[in-house]
Amino acid sequence: MAHSEEVIIEAGHGAKNYWRDLWKNRELLLILSRRDLSVRYKQTVVGAGWAVIRPFATMLVMVFVFDKVAKFKGDEGIPYPLMVLAGITIWNFFSTTFTQISHSILLNSNLVTKTYFPRLIMPLSSVVVGFVDFIISIVLYVLIAIWYQHFPSWQLLLFPAFVLLTLAASLAFGLFFAVMNVRFRDIAQLIPFIVQIGFYACPIAYSSSMVEANQGAWWYDLYYLNPMVSIIDGFKWCLLGDGAFFKVSSLYSTIGFTVAVLGISIYYFRKEENSFVDYI
Amino acid sequence: MEVIVAEDISKKYIIDHQKKARKNYTLRDTFSEKFKHFFGKGEEDEVEHEEFWALRDVNFSVNQGDRVGIIGHNGAGKSTLLKILSKITEPTNGRVTIKGRVASLLEVGTGFHPELTGRENIFLNGAILGMKRHEIKAAFDSIVDFAGVDKFLDTPVKRYSSGMYVRLGFAISAHLSPEILIIDEVLAVGDADFQKKCLGKMRDVSESGRTILFVSHNLAAVQSLCNRAFYFEHGRLKLQGDTTHVVNNYLSHVAKTTLEHTWETPEEGPGTDEVRFRSIRVKPTYASGKLYIDVTTPIKVHIEFWNMAERADLNLSLHLYAFTGECIFNVGTTSQSFDKGLVSATLDIPGNFLNDGSYVISVMVVKDTSTVLYQLSEAVSFEVEDHREGVTWYGKWPGYVRPQFNFQISQSEVLV
Repeated sequence: MAHSEEVIIEAGHGAKNYWRDLWKNRELLLILSRRDLSVRYKQTVVGAGWAVIRPFATMLVMVFVFDKVAKFKGDEGIPYPLMVLAGITIWNFFSTTFTQISHSILLNSNLVTKTYFPRLIMPLSSVVVGFVDFIISIVLYVLIAIWYQHFPSWQLLLFPAFVLLTLAASLAFGLFFAVMNVRFRDIAQLIPFIVQIGFYACPIAYSSSMVEANQGAWWYDLYYLNPMVSIIDGFKWCLLGDGAFFKVSSLYSTIGFTVAVLGISIYYFRKEENSFVDYI
Repeated sequence: MEVIVAEDISKKYIIDHQKKARKNYTLRDTFSEKFKHFFGKGEEDEVEHEEFWALRDVNFSVNQGDRVGIIGHNGAGKSTLLKILSKITEPTNGRVTIKGRVASLLEVGTGFHPELTGRENIFLNGAILGMKRHEIKAAFDSIVDFAGVDKFLDTPVKRYSSGMYVRLGFAISAHLSPEILIIDEVLAVGDADFQKKCLGKMRDVSESGRTILFVSHNLAAVQSLCNRAFYFEHGRLKLQGDTTHVVNNYLSHVAKTTLEHTWETPEEGPGTDEVRFRSIRVKPTYASGKLYIDVTTPIKVHIEFWNMAERADLNLSLHLYAFTGECIFNVGTTSQSFDKGLVSATLDIPGNFLNDGSYVISVMVVKDTSTVLYQLSEAVSFEVEDHREGVTWYGKWPGYVRPQFNFQISQSEVLV
């Protein structure tokens, strides 16, 4: 019998063939993604329609509260509902993938304790759910944009770059939380809270131009410390065009920060993944 | 050819004593812990980190085509070993070299999702077990056929009966074609019919020259399937070698038995002013080469007691209880008149009478066939192990006793 492979098992050895193993298991990654997708809206009546209803309803509430009641001033020449919807779309993408990634190890604990494969497959496969919801709500955005007769210009070319950056950010924070979540179940309580706060701390229902009016305020720099601020501003700018406020300079530090955190998170994840089974 | 070589593998776990069974601490615990240390408090309720070696310096090698049974108590390190061999957890020290594709079955239907249909779960579980998509496709019809679920292929598995669920899970794993198969206690689940299927499949696998590692508490199955056995105790590989030899050794060590009790003088012996026990002994007549009691072993029970009264009409009554408390039988001697002094009695329990299980004996001395003078409760205990010959079924044999009554079968008429 031909022996296809020789495997050596010892402490710390897993690292050597990790990325090769990850590539070998790409079929598993796909099938886990498909599982998450097909389970997502099982036994619901509306099904994937929820991916439309949620952002649309949120948009209506935001329009009512901030545009009609509080009379926020949006950016010149941009319909307020459209701006809110662009923000909600990218924020939902971030928060869904971030949440899914953070829970991915715990949700698959039966696999962790019974089989071996590179554990990164679990967070990576969990991204797909948020991505599909994102695509659906982009369709919604396009319909509303047509309704308002407001079309994007050349900035649209940067759309994939911002999607990628959002993905990188959700992985960067999600992987870290996923590892912590295995040991500390507090994380599961913390995540919805972070998502809720993030919704208001980020320029979703308002424009950063309103923040710009407060230069010099003690919280101004704090505001821009949040990496999601420039990602969301950038995404809105890329869909809404030049009229949307976007401080390009803030993006550079965000990119640097995101890449650095992503690197640290992957390192941390790799370091801890072999002990998941002992703590889960 | 050696396909698995394990050199000095050890696995250490840290157990926190203060927090006993709590594995998942909360952040607060960690912080408050740090806090206490910071302020120099908490010395008295310091957490005791005790090292626990689930495996310690284990060395072995397995040749191609070996069928290795792994036996030992719960917590002896068997499952930890399988987890290391399956790469689920890393050893703390040592290394294992494995040549060939490994499939681990630590559970039937790993990763089945209740919301997904049988069809979807076949692909999901297959992928989790390491099968390629085209391999699953090729085996698909055969899997469905083996599991007998063709009518329910498009039903979510949450609607499956537990039997169907297990059959589907096993059918998928039975179609793996690894060079090395690692199985943990698969036989513990499912009905007799399913267990038979499992064992049959495992025999097929081993006959095709593949290597099997099989953890089980079912010693009869291990003896029938495996040519070698590993006996683990407290994380160490205590004995390895020929299956019969290892199983023999294991059973003679593990049987939770107190085969005899002796008291030197009447003052020490349990009893009353009228009677005091001197000894009670269980004497099995072992078959050659065996060191443990199995269902075929005849047993003698010897009892001695001192009669302290000048003259008394006495008889003995003996109860044999199953470990779970049911009385299997109660036998008594005839009543006789005895002078002051030592009285002895012997009971014969034939082989092929008791079923496998744990048993406890109580004895009472009765005066004038009506008054209980003293009862020696749960004086001795012993275990009867299973033994099968000429069968291919290893499920639990039902009943408290397993007598071999004369039961004839013959063909009375031939239909042409």
